[in-house]
Amino acid sequence: MRIAERRRLPVRPGRSRSGSLLPILAILVALLVALTLRQPDFLSPPSLMSFLGRSAPIILLAAGQYFVIVAGEFDLSVGSLVTAQVVVAARLIDSEPSRTWPVILLLLAFGAAVGLANGLITTRLRVPSFITTLGMYLILVGAVYLWSDGAPKGGLAEEFRRFGRRAFEDVPLLGRIPYALLVLLVVAGLAALLTRSDFGQTLVAVGGNPRTAELSGVRVRSVKTAAFVLSGLSAAVAAILIGGYSGVSFQAGAGLEFGAITAVVLGGVALGGGRGSVVGAMLGALTLETLFTLMNFYGVSGALRSTVQGAIILLALAVSSVRSVSR
Amino acid sequence: MSDPPPSPLLTLRGIGKSFLGVRVLGGVDLDVVPGEVHAVVGENGAGKSTLMKVVSGGYAPDEGTMEFAGVPRTFRGPRDAQRAGIGIVHQEFNLLPERSVAENVYLGHEPVRRGLVDRATMLGRTAELLASIGEGALPPGARVGDLGVARQQVVEIVKALALDARLLIMDEPTAALADHEVEQLYTLVRRLQRRGIGVLYVSHRIREVFDLASRITVLKDGRLVTTVDAGDVGAGQLVRHMVGRDLSSYYPGRAAPGESGAVRLAVRDGGNRTLRGVDLRLRAGEVLGVGGLQGSGRSALARALFGAVPFTTGEVTLDGAPVRLRSPRAAMRAGIAYVTEDRKGEGIVGGRSVLDNALLASRAVAPAWRGRGARTARIRELLAAVDVRAAGEDQEIRFLSGGNQQKVVLARWLALGPRVLLFDEPTRGIDVGAKSAIHDLVRRLARDGAAVLMISSELPELLGMSDRIIVMRDGRIAGELPAGATEENVLALALGTAPEAAR
Repeated sequence: MRIAERRRLPVRPGRSRSGSLLPILAILVALLVALTLRQPDFLSPPSLMSFLGRSAPIILLAAGQYFVIVAGEFDLSVGSLVTAQVVVAARLIDSEPSRTWPVILLLLAFGAAVGLANGLITTRLRVPSFITTLGMYLILVGAVYLWSDGAPKGGLAEEFRRFGRRAFEDVPLLGRIPYALLVLLVVAGLAALLTRSDFGQTLVAVGGNPRTAELSGVRVRSVKTAAFVLSGLSAAVAAILIGGYSGVSFQAGAGLEFGAITAVVLGGVALGGGRGSVVGAMLGALTLETLFTLMNFYGVSGALRSTVQGAIILLALAVSSVRSVSR
Repeated sequence: MSDPPPSPLLTLRGIGKSFLGVRVLGGVDLDVVPGEVHAVVGENGAGKSTLMKVVSGGYAPDEGTMEFAGVPRTFRGPRDAQRAGIGIVHQEFNLLPERSVAENVYLGHEPVRRGLVDRATMLGRTAELLASIGEGALPPGARVGDLGVARQQVVEIVKALALDARLLIMDEPTAALADHEVEQLYTLVRRLQRRGIGVLYVSHRIREVFDLASRITVLKDGRLVTTVDAGDVGAGQLVRHMVGRDLSSYYPGRAAPGESGAVRLAVRDGGNRTLRGVDLRLRAGEVLGVGGLQGSGRSALARALFGAVPFTTGEVTLDGAPVRLRSPRAAMRAGIAYVTEDRKGEGIVGGRSVLDNALLASRAVAPAWRGRGARTARIRELLAAVDVRAAGEDQEIRFLSGGNQQKVVLARWLALGPRVLLFDEPTRGIDVGAKSAIHDLVRRLARDGAAVLMISSELPELLGMSDRIIVMRDGRIAGELPAGATEENVLALALGTAPEAAR
């Protein structure tokens, strides 16, 4: 049986295909069912649309984090990067609508630059990315305080804020479609295309075995650096939505890095790299948001969020390592 | 060993094992008597590992009976088998590199005095065990991570002896060893034999099997082919039992005079941290063999030519034009391909599919969005052309046999249409049948006009495949031999005549 004659892997009982989206979809559906039992109108268009709009930033961050994690690295800096972006945007726009687009471009450049710095420090100076991005996190937190003298200044123009909080109204069937959801769909589509490109596939190979990749002609350091840049860009887009939705504060991005990492792991992407899909990562983020909403409805304290995230990471890692041992 | 046969230590009758309804082992009979080295040979997938796991308690057999030391046994797990006196030394060691030899040997059953580990006793007993197998020079307090592979293997063996193993299973024990270490292992195995320990020796190196074993059991497709006395068969016959083919058809014919063409790759006075004064001419259409001991600079040569650890001095020309091979990418652009020795660590991305692994180099060097379909179609053709066997192109490559993994790696390079192919131990860890398929492919590539450089530690392979042989020693080319050279010629160059040259 030459491979040319038989392409598809036969279904092997008791072993789900790795990288499959089935587990995360099953969890998501189960949570949605639990949610509708408690809140029957949750799946009604208006409520669902606003839920998706609210979830857009974390899904975007999960997509960005996917590229970094699948290449075998981490990006802990995205939370404070989001905060920095929001504070910077407020001060630069200073409630002047005409500055919206220049500032948006600037934010994207800022995100890319932070990602570039993360990537170069990790790959050229060989600092483990966990440490690099932790350092970047602290630097950004301090720099933002310093730059704004301890309290956010200025304000975001409505022009800027609409991306995070406005919607197309009176859409047939759906009611309203938040701009944030459209931004999300565009970025998600781009991310999915990117993972199917040679770059995306090479990135996963780099995470799987950097030595093999290097000896097959991959510019491992550049590819990893590009992954950090993508993460920085996704943080910029997320910051635009978050600034619009919840306004300016030093807490704007707090904890988002862990949310994104949890989402990615939940979506079946292997920490350490080499395995997983961006769609899985984004579904992971959606699942995480659904879980938090469910906890909300059941009156579980919001303080438990980080506990739940920690438990998910540990559980996901335990499951994946048990599985790899049993192979 | 010509005494009347003592009562067997291990008796297997009609052993069978199935997984998910697939019978991977069936009807296997096997005896091991005390003090016997009994070899088990067969291609990968023949059922050797499964059989060894049955004997060592890893799997419970579905059919058949097993007697150990005259008592019918069914083991509940590896520890059960260990307690009964069956030790196993796996191909990959289970040692704690940060702990001492003695701590490893007594891991999990440390001698205890007043509730504390009795270190003195532990060190003393380990020293005794080491001395008893002629390894008294190995200090029991040494950190295992500081030891070479060969001595780590000794620790594994002593670990089994500390549990009073009477039957020792050795799974591909020489796979990780350099040529000169193999001889030490032989001595050790013979010492164990003299102590009355039965050894089940799993290997696909025919030579070793004849060197050590008194009886040889051949498995094929999970079934017993035959058990023969080592003195009664020749290597050719044994290979025929294993694959149904003769040893003489084992190597493809060499290049005919005139088949090797112009000089494709030339190095003049190449050197770097490990290589010195390398002068080399590689012709289109030829297979140039590279021999030498491990660490003699063979791999360093391939890595220098591939730009992974570039030459820092000297000059390289390709088809007469000077080239600078500063990185793998640069070498690939120049048309050089490199099939690495460490397939798992440097050759494949284990968790990715067969297709993705084959596409890796093309994607890296010539990324494309349009034309991807045609490129993938071409890779599929190549995978079929090198005859990769897999459940599907989307199967993760780590589940393939070594031979099939190697073919995928080869397809990856062929997609770039290389003019020079560097092979570093292309058949290491590959079973006999797939081995000759790789040999055929290597020769076919040379016939099609590629210049091939092939490093091999296996002298028969080196001699059987090469049109010319260069032998490395201490980072230099010690000499060149024509086709038809003998193993003695190669070894003389590899070892050198002066004692300091032999390291």
